[in-house]
Amino acid sequence: MLDTLLLSRIQFAANISFHILFPTITIALAWFLVFFKIKYDKTQHPVWLRAYRFWVKIFALTFALGVVSGITMSFQFGTNWPGFMEKVGNIAGPLLGYEVLTAFFMEATFLGVMLFGMKRVSPRVHTLSTIIVAIGTSLSAFWILSLNSWMQTPTGFEVRDGVVFPTDWFAVIFNPSFPYRLAHMILASGLTAAFLIAGVSSYRLLKGDDKKAPQLTLKVSLTVAALLAPLQMFVGDLHGLNTFEHQPQKVAAMEGVWETQRGAPLLLFAIPNEQTRSNDFEIAIPNLASIILTHEKNGEIKGLNEFPNATPPVKPVFFGFRVMVGMGLLMIVVALYFRFTLWRNNTLAPWQLKTLVAMSFSGWIATLAGWYVTEIGRQPFLVTGVLRVEEAVTHVASNNVLMSLIAYLSIYVLLLIAYIRTLFYTADKSVEVEEFQRPSIEENAYV
Amino acid sequence: MFEAHTLSFIYASLMALAILLYAILDGYDLGVGILLPTNNEPHADTMIASIGPFWDANETWLVLAVGLALIAFPLAHSMILQALYIPVTVMLIGLIIRGVAFDFRAKAKIKRKSMWNKLFKIGSIISAFMQGYMLGLYVMSFESSALAVTFAILSGVGVVAAYALIGAAWLILKTQGQLQLDAISWCHMSTRMAFLGVVAVSAVNPVINHSVYERWFTSDIFLLILPIPIICLALFILLDRILVQLKSQPDLGAWLPFLISCVIFILCFFGILYSFYPYVVPGKLTIFEALAAPESLNFLLYGVIVVVPTILAYTAFSYRVFWGKVQPLSYY
Repeated sequence: MLDTLLLSRIQFAANISFHILFPTITIALAWFLVFFKIKYDKTQHPVWLRAYRFWVKIFALTFALGVVSGITMSFQFGTNWPGFMEKVGNIAGPLLGYEVLTAFFMEATFLGVMLFGMKRVSPRVHTLSTIIVAIGTSLSAFWILSLNSWMQTPTGFEVRDGVVFPTDWFAVIFNPSFPYRLAHMILASGLTAAFLIAGVSSYRLLKGDDKKAPQLTLKVSLTVAALLAPLQMFVGDLHGLNTFEHQPQKVAAMEGVWETQRGAPLLLFAIPNEQTRSNDFEIAIPNLASIILTHEKNGEIKGLNEFPNATPPVKPVFFGFRVMVGMGLLMIVVALYFRFTLWRNNTLAPWQLKTLVAMSFSGWIATLAGWYVTEIGRQPFLVTGVLRVEEAVTHVASNNVLMSLIAYLSIYVLLLIAYIRTLFYTADKSVEVEEFQRPSIEENAYV
Repeated sequence: MFEAHTLSFIYASLMALAILLYAILDGYDLGVGILLPTNNEPHADTMIASIGPFWDANETWLVLAVGLALIAFPLAHSMILQALYIPVTVMLIGLIIRGVAFDFRAKAKIKRKSMWNKLFKIGSIISAFMQGYMLGLYVMSFESSALAVTFAILSGVGVVAAYALIGAAWLILKTQGQLQLDAISWCHMSTRMAFLGVVAVSAVNPVINHSVYERWFTSDIFLLILPIPIICLALFILLDRILVQLKSQPDLGAWLPFLISCVIFILCFFGILYSFYPYVVPGKLTIFEALAAPESLNFLLYGVIVVVPTILAYTAFSYRVFWGKVQPLSYY
């Protein structure tokens, strides 16, 4: 039976999964654009301008999808989760408010100048606008991750008459998991954008685009990926330790640990079984989970059975974690090895280019998997220890929710297809047009 | 800093400001979408170029308005949005289609461009109609009677006409040549439709809402508020005359229709405010009953005091950068 609660959960999951794809790209892509623009200002070499012009179009498209899906998100709180704002609105409200005030307006306004104003303002003002847009996207991430982290590890509040009141805003904003989550997300964005740039640049090279710009963006993006991927593993580890401290039930689900144990093994593969409350088909490395999480061979890891009424669904968390880590390891290997090849040979082999094209959206997969681990791992709570999911849900009839869900899902699928196709179509077009036919082009974006 | 009563007032005013700015700013760019010709691509390009640098920031005022309701009056926010679940969903779908069509049309294959143009137009019409429809239901206290729905549909058509009016006025200001002449006749047509809409809604509203009737016709300050409808009427007539004039001399006072439509929007908005204040959910919840915790609102207010003037300043900057007649947009 599909009830309002289940449908609302699916709808929110669909909305946020769709939404997060686009900020994940734009947060870091904005800084890539800043880099290209500053390089151009300094060197006046047209190749940097070409790199900027190509990627600013992708940025605009990605940003637009982020905006429209973000507006949808902002209505979801009222339409589907009224209990959330009624209970924790005193905390969530100001954080969301600061996001709109300090980030949304700034990025949206300067985006206009950045996209269409290059001939109307001085180069300095234009570069400044690009920087402001980048600051805006990062600030937006700051506030939204602060709220999300607070929902995971709430501090700085008291409950009066069933409603949450803030007591210490500093503790609310800089709650225990916030620094780790923010760093993890910013790096995820850096890697997503880097692999996207590498993938699309490789695609252009494979299509016979022998201009400088795709070679240059390939090099820049691989350099960034090679720097960020290992760093991400390090930060991810810190984030895991933080989660282990504050949300042990989530870590237990990630590791597939049912009974509290010392010297827990690291499971390379297993199928968690919620009926028998154990794992089937385990492939394990003895003691490694304990070593990673407690830095002791026989460190204790609390099992899921310690949390009888607060166990998250194990399978999605367990597998989500493995997908994220697997994808992360693949990204480290590819980034380091390909960057090394590029340094040695000054070019990549066709199979390497093809691999990068195939990995264009690897950041999306890792980010979504990680996002599911952290969000599903918080279940059954919406705000850890404070608000359970079912307490927050709307009273709207389930048929209405079903209708809206179908509408959103179908439109999201179509948009995702249109987005990816347009991305590569833009790359195709740049192969044919740019530089070959009209050397110093003034390409009208609206023709 | 402030106690609850003052905060209610401050946040209600801020919300009103955000809604008014949204209606004017996104109003004109939705209006441009509503008017978009499907058989004249160069004109469509110019029209979209005229709103290109602005639409995104314009739409942010909606996020702020909804955000402020969420932050300051969470109970009202959830009552309203649950009551309007379906129309909100349809409006959001309209906004999504329109927002992405704007970007896709410029980057997709040539043969797909006219499809995205049509979607841009359809999305704009859906969003505008649904906003008016929701306004109508709000005024009718979310009843689901046939009368309420009919009134909401009327109000939806009224808002489409009003947005088309301000959109056309924007185009008169920003374009030249044949397109400007077209915009003048669009403006003329939508002025008359919007006028009918305003008259109809103003007549029906007090008849079916007893409290609104009392507000307007039995109040002590009757003479003070009487100028609102009178000035509004006068402005419609003036606008009509100016448009006739503009047809022969398009650039003599091309900014007047936009200015007048802004004032008409402001007056109508104050009319609605006056009808319902201090209720945030008509007949059910006042701004004083629905308020969130003062410590939260005070905390946000620091930001508001610093940031809102900054937003207004850089918004002005962006309008100055793109001042004058529209030029083809290029990512340059």
